[in-house]
Amino acid sequence: MSNAARFVKSLFLFELWQGLGVTLRHFLFVRKVTLQYPEEKAPISPRFRGLHALRRYPNGEERCIACKLCEVVCPALAITIESEQRADGTRRTTRYDIDLTKCIFCGFCEESCPVDSIVETHIYEYHGEQRGDLYMTKDKLLAVGDKYEAEIAAARGHDARYR
Amino acid sequence: MALWQWLVDQYQSWQPVSGYLVHIVAITIPLFVCVAYLTLAERKIIGAMQVRMGPTRVGWKGLLQPWADMFKLMFKEIIIPSGSNKILFLIAPILSLAPAMAAWAVVPLDATTVLADVNAGLLYVLAVTSIGVYGVIIAGWASNSKYALLGALRSSAQIVSYEIAMGFALVGVLIAAGSMNLGDIIIAQAGNHGPFNWFWLPLLPLFVIYFISGVAETNRAPFDVAEGESEIVAGFHVEYSGMAFAVFFLAEYANMILISVLAAVMFLGGWLSPLQGWVSDATLATPYIGWILDDGFHWLLAKISIFLFLYLWFRATFPRYRYDQIMRLGWKVFIPITIVWIIVVGGMVLGHVGPWWDHPG
Repeated sequence: MSNAARFVKSLFLFELWQGLGVTLRHFLFVRKVTLQYPEEKAPISPRFRGLHALRRYPNGEERCIACKLCEVVCPALAITIESEQRADGTRRTTRYDIDLTKCIFCGFCEESCPVDSIVETHIYEYHGEQRGDLYMTKDKLLAVGDKYEAEIAAARGHDARYR
Repeated sequence: MALWQWLVDQYQSWQPVSGYLVHIVAITIPLFVCVAYLTLAERKIIGAMQVRMGPTRVGWKGLLQPWADMFKLMFKEIIIPSGSNKILFLIAPILSLAPAMAAWAVVPLDATTVLADVNAGLLYVLAVTSIGVYGVIIAGWASNSKYALLGALRSSAQIVSYEIAMGFALVGVLIAAGSMNLGDIIIAQAGNHGPFNWFWLPLLPLFVIYFISGVAETNRAPFDVAEGESEIVAGFHVEYSGMAFAVFFLAEYANMILISVLAAVMFLGGWLSPLQGWVSDATLATPYIGWILDDGFHWLLAKISIFLFLYLWFRATFPRYRYDQIMRLGWKVFIPITIVWIIVVGGMVLGHVGPWWDHPG
């Protein structure tokens, strides 16, 4: 482009008018994409990584065998496990804590688990009102698992083909 | 009833002071409401341009949002930084809001309605709006903060530079209208050719430059380097909180409205109807429709709204100027163009170019 043409173009704000056209088009014709959150929610994947849960077998026995793979793989060191040998000879946890304030929701614990015990659920609306509320103990994790077992199993079912 | 009678008596006995007071209140209160709803309009319009919805929660479609913001700001603490100059720190916001309000005194709202029919109205407007820059400088200095001081320096240098281009643009209007009285300037734009009688056409370069300078004067995007978040946090009002901050906020938006109304008065014929001379007197005599088509305050409102929309549109569209480019634009582009065009306007007035200056006198 010659200097004269460039001068005329900049003097008459040619490119600025183009920009104004873009915003005006969006203002008038483009559908707004805002999601009205509490009433409308974004769809989530079955692989969504939210609040943790410990699962049980259908007979009520807890799945976790205290192999501590999750504790080892956890990059945020959020998991603490202590174990013992039960009277029937199986190894089980006496303590299984996840500090949610440390957790980065990477999902490695779930991937490392050989018995699909620790899982991350679709739940993302939770909060703590005092210190310690976000420190998930074994009881709390099992309770979450018991409450949402149907949804957790359904989500694992959707994903089973790809694992 | 007794109280009402007492009020009327007081009103009578304090004339003309009480009369002016009532007029001032009648101008400023609607102005504050306009400022409040301009903030909502800004969030809604810019939201829509960014394919969002803007505030929707407070009241129907978010219409009560400005009141929620206002109450929040009113109940927040005003923190006065240690080491600041307390008196200046608190005077600064008032100093930047007051001129934006005071300039409304000479703006004709209607053929007959104007608070002060000053002959040097244009001069008064220029003088009063220039005082606003002191609010910025004092706020920046009194805060005792580096960011505030840098922001105030940038902001005041910018305002002072663009004041010149703005002044020259107004000189063009002055030549074209042959009067400094804002009412006379509007009447000089009356005629039989609808919007083509207004000064925006013969003074087009001055009109564009006036409005762009106005955007720069009010420190709005794309000239908002004074509050460049990425560099100096919020500029001259970093240290302000609560109501003191709210007053700065009000001042910015009141200034936007003021620039818009002045542009409407000087280039778009103020309260003149864009259909002037095109509709017959018989049509104007019909009730309601005639009133809408005739000259009046509603046309002034419509014109102000156009300029305010432009302000928001610019903000949604343009990235921020670099500081040296702002200065280059002001000094090396706008001022030469205005000077050239003032000479052109002078020639057009002497040559009685129609439809603006073809009538003798």
